[in-house]
Amino acid sequence: MDNIKEILKKRILIIDGAMGTMIQRHRLEEADYRGDRFKDWHKDVKGNNDLLSITQPEIIIGIHKQYLEAGADIIETNTFSSTTIAQADYDMQAFAYELNVASAKCARIAADEYTKKNPSKPRFVAGAIGPLNKTLSLSPDVNNPGFRAVTFDEVADAYTEQIKGLVEGGVDILLVETIFDTLNAKAAIYAIKNFFAKNNLPELPIMISGTITDASGRTLSGQTLEAFYVSVVHANPLSIGLNCALGASEMRPHIEELSSIAKCFTSAYPNAGLPNAFGEYDEQPHETAHIIEEWAKQGFVNIVGGCCGTTPDHIRHIAEEVKNYKPRELPMVSS
Amino acid sequence: MTQLIQPYLRLSGLEPLIIRPETNFVNVGERTNVTGSKKFARLIREGLYEEALSVARQQVENGAQVLDVNMDDALLEGVAAMTTFLNLLQAEPDIAKIPVMIDSSKFEIIEAGLKCVQGKCIVNSISMKEGEAKFIEQATICKNYGAAVIVMAFDEVGQADTKIRKIEICKRAYKILVEQVGFAPEDIIFDPNIFAIATGIEEHNNYAVDFIEATREIKKLMPLTKVSGGVSNVSFSFRGNDHVREAIHSVFLYHAIRAGMDMGIVNAGQMVIYDDIEPTLKQLCEDVILNVNNDDNGATEKLIVFAETVKAKGKEIIKDESWRNTIVEKRMEHALVHGITEYIDADTEEARIKYPKPLDVIEGPLMDGMNIVGDLFGAGKMFLPQVVKSARVMKKAVAVLTPYIEKEKEERRNNAALEGINSADEKGPAKILLATVKGDVHDIGKNIVGVVLGCNGYEIIDLGVMVSADKILTEAQKHNVDIIGLSGLITPSLDEMVHIAREMKRLNINKPLMIGGATTSRMHTAVKIAPEYNEGVVHVLDASRSVTVAGSLLNKDLKVNFLGDIKAEYDKLKNDFGNRKSAKQQLSFIDAQKNTAKINWNNYVPVAPTFTGTKILDKYDLGEIATYIDWQPFFIAWEMHGKFPALLSDEIIGKEATALYHDAKKLLQQIIEENWLEAKAVVGFWETTKTNPDSLGIKSNSKTCSLEFLRQQMKKVEGQPNLSLADFIHPSTKDYIGAFSVTIQGIEKHIQKFEKELDDYNKIILQALADRLAEAFAELLHKKTRTDFWGYEKNEQLSNEELISESYNGIRPAPGYPACPDHTEKYKLFELLGGEDATGIHLTESLAMYPASSVCGWYFAHPESKYFGVGKIETDQLIDYAKRKEMSIAEATKWLRPILE
Repeated sequence: MDNIKEILKKRILIIDGAMGTMIQRHRLEEADYRGDRFKDWHKDVKGNNDLLSITQPEIIIGIHKQYLEAGADIIETNTFSSTTIAQADYDMQAFAYELNVASAKCARIAADEYTKKNPSKPRFVAGAIGPLNKTLSLSPDVNNPGFRAVTFDEVADAYTEQIKGLVEGGVDILLVETIFDTLNAKAAIYAIKNFFAKNNLPELPIMISGTITDASGRTLSGQTLEAFYVSVVHANPLSIGLNCALGASEMRPHIEELSSIAKCFTSAYPNAGLPNAFGEYDEQPHETAHIIEEWAKQGFVNIVGGCCGTTPDHIRHIAEEVKNYKPRELPMVSS
Repeated sequence: MTQLIQPYLRLSGLEPLIIRPETNFVNVGERTNVTGSKKFARLIREGLYEEALSVARQQVENGAQVLDVNMDDALLEGVAAMTTFLNLLQAEPDIAKIPVMIDSSKFEIIEAGLKCVQGKCIVNSISMKEGEAKFIEQATICKNYGAAVIVMAFDEVGQADTKIRKIEICKRAYKILVEQVGFAPEDIIFDPNIFAIATGIEEHNNYAVDFIEATREIKKLMPLTKVSGGVSNVSFSFRGNDHVREAIHSVFLYHAIRAGMDMGIVNAGQMVIYDDIEPTLKQLCEDVILNVNNDDNGATEKLIVFAETVKAKGKEIIKDESWRNTIVEKRMEHALVHGITEYIDADTEEARIKYPKPLDVIEGPLMDGMNIVGDLFGAGKMFLPQVVKSARVMKKAVAVLTPYIEKEKEERRNNAALEGINSADEKGPAKILLATVKGDVHDIGKNIVGVVLGCNGYEIIDLGVMVSADKILTEAQKHNVDIIGLSGLITPSLDEMVHIAREMKRLNINKPLMIGGATTSRMHTAVKIAPEYNEGVVHVLDASRSVTVAGSLLNKDLKVNFLGDIKAEYDKLKNDFGNRKSAKQQLSFIDAQKNTAKINWNNYVPVAPTFTGTKILDKYDLGEIATYIDWQPFFIAWEMHGKFPALLSDEIIGKEATALYHDAKKLLQQIIEENWLEAKAVVGFWETTKTNPDSLGIKSNSKTCSLEFLRQQMKKVEGQPNLSLADFIHPSTKDYIGAFSVTIQGIEKHIQKFEKELDDYNKIILQALADRLAEAFAELLHKKTRTDFWGYEKNEQLSNEELISESYNGIRPAPGYPACPDHTEKYKLFELLGGEDATGIHLTESLAMYPASSVCGWYFAHPESKYFGVGKIETDQLIDYAKRKEMSIAEATKWLRPILE
């Protein structure tokens, strides 16, 4: 595998767009989600998109290929919710590890096919580690602010299992993403560091991507962008960036700020604008791409792509718009 | 150019704390430590966590930048106590904003703490006392949690007490951490042990010196690391005598910080300033700490003797008036920053005598103070109401000085005349002309901008409201101003601004133009105003931005680039605007008219009002009106955004918002009790029939008229109507429509009074209150209309909150606003209501109402009537509308421009 660090110094890499949006286009029903294997499962599983990597791998591989065809250098595994904690909604905790292996393999197959087609543009698989539906810094009970629905150790254990599955499934990168509670992300980082140390394996590159939830410029757990950066940079990541919650135009000031403080590469994959009154994203591919082009022009970014509502078309436009710009130069850290 | 990132110690809570070389000593709050604070220990033991949190909050309020939390107590379950306290603390943004120092001698408690905090913490502490292996293990764990560490100078042999041992242990620990564990040097903080001095034991006498000297060497050898320490240890032998202890701490820190100590655990609320220590005590402390004159414990003995003479003074309550004891410059600064007018006349007089020239007082202490105010405002540490109060102090001081300045000028002129020299007046501060444009009467925002700019040293020439282009430009040239600022609130003012820009170009007026006010926007400025004038046009979003904009425009070095950037930005906006194809699809007007509101008229019988024609309400009770006030917009006028009343307890603006609220309530009380203002209203109802999908025919006495409405043309989702207000009137049978206007009169003489007293603060409060009263009156009148005058909702029972959220039936849209954007329908509304005679409201040529605190509107009673925005309309509707209005297309275009493009 070509060293992604070296490639990042040469050009802006493209990360793929939304998986959920693409799955929706298939209009899958309960039976499709269950497939043969889970046809008698005691709970409804429609909506458990990660399960499709086991029951409908061709659909997932197909989506990956559409993004690769559109020009994505990095594709994310379909594992946003593949942890014991998140799978508990479907009573599928026991399959968390298997989901990660299966999803990593789907992405691997697709990526390898495209790398083979064009070896000068190697494709990378990022193992997506999502934020969980339970948070470590926030109490779900307004009357008891000290309460926590989950402990650090439980979160770290859940992530460890996910990491094991992703690594064994063959991912190139681990991507801790859509971070709205920094402490959850710190548990993921802690799990990653311990996993590689305990198994005596070389550590895979880590990408970190936080989520600024609104105009206040803070994460859901209340941190400013710089405080977030300071809290996670000990991961010694390949990149730190932002995704989700905001469209590109709302994300711009934050990405500008991040690019001025981050000692590692920066990434940004915004939503296709803000949702309209019906919760749909209607920012057009050329519009998203136009805004991101300006980031590239300003030298704010190393990795760009899309989050909710973005499609292969968005990725194609983004890739086209940024291809002639130099990536953000890695800052020098004086000592 | 490659960006450079410095290896600073970076910590975080909800906010970052970056310790740069120029950062002052970092105070670590020590009171949330059960080993050091009896009170905190008791609260934790008794499970009184709420109160324990207030201890933490006090530390933050007293200036702690990091919070030390320690739960090492034999009677406590340390892991549980640490977890509970830190989890609770995370829910308090005013405390959680600063980083936490997790302090324990038990590593399991430290790890428990690390599992609760999202920010980057400091671990206090790890050491090599149990050998290297354990040290490496613990350091690795800390690293994986992303914490900085304090390393105590402690090894297998014991705690380092001499300078040499301290340095050696720190060097060894550094090597291990950096080379084996992979710790970043800047994340290492050494604690070279502060031990008690003046204990009577001779070996202890040099402890402070050992610490200070070791610190110096450690920082020299390992410059990226930091040095910290528990300061209160040093004075342990004087426990019970806080007065002496505080002095020892202060003197110790004075020397240790100079040697390179970066941070320390201190009681942030109890720090005496080095220069404030009484000289005798200070000298004794110096001797004891630096171990000089201390043979046979000589210095120690003297300090002990002195300590006994100091009656253990109880905690003094810091008097608010202590600032009066400083020099006059400091007093003036304090008065300016805190907005205190009480002493400013006397202080200014004192300064005038002290300084050679009266002008020196303005240019010296007053401007210095205002600069601080400007900086604090710029940094978000002061808010608009405070700045306006500061300006009041400034104005008062200047008023004291003005006669002397004038006298001096006069003398200078006379002298010059005697000597036959033609003395031109020296160039004063930059001048900014402000005006609300012709046809517009709103000026609260403009007044605020004036005050803020005044605070920043500009001379403001405020021409007031309804100022013609001609007058603005004449005055601008007469005073040779440096910037012209235009303000407007209603949409027709936009055209007037374009007109002024054109005039400026035509007359070759080479002065930059600032555009502001509620109706203006960056887009309008870029697309419509900027292309008309080449000497610089800048849209200013709010008062706080006006300072930087004015600063950039008046600084020769900055101006060119600033205007260049703005021009580029505006050109781009203009291009984007030009290229933008209407993203929203539009319907033809005919199709839009077919898609009217889906109202089932079969079950609806229009309710007849209790009267038709008009009814005047004069001198309405202000006290009753005041109960209907919606305070939120009042705070918005002051650039304090947030929901009322939550904003009164907001973390950032709460304190100032509350102070403003109190001042406003007080003035409101006075307005009501002393009848400063008069509330007048007129309300009327008429039969109406639909004559066209968007027209309503009205018979009033003998006259008839036709009200014309506009209809949404944007393509809607299936099932959603294209609304017009006319849709809310019965399509076939007789229905009713109402109208009203309310006004608050009599403000002028009180405004003048405040102006005379140089009290912008109360002037702006008064203006904002009058606006609120007008709105409240409209709300009250609407309620009376629903329950009584029209009476279609006789049993309505709604709270003020529900009124504000409009949870009632029926609407009162105003001509010129989104549901009926044509201002000219106001002519008909006022005509129907009896013209200017009814309430004294006068319509300007731009159809603004004067007095500014006035509200008008139509009443629609149908339960499904609602507010909406007409949005963009197409030419087909424009042509139809112009025909209905009997206007030329050009004139209709002029009035409807905001919705045509």
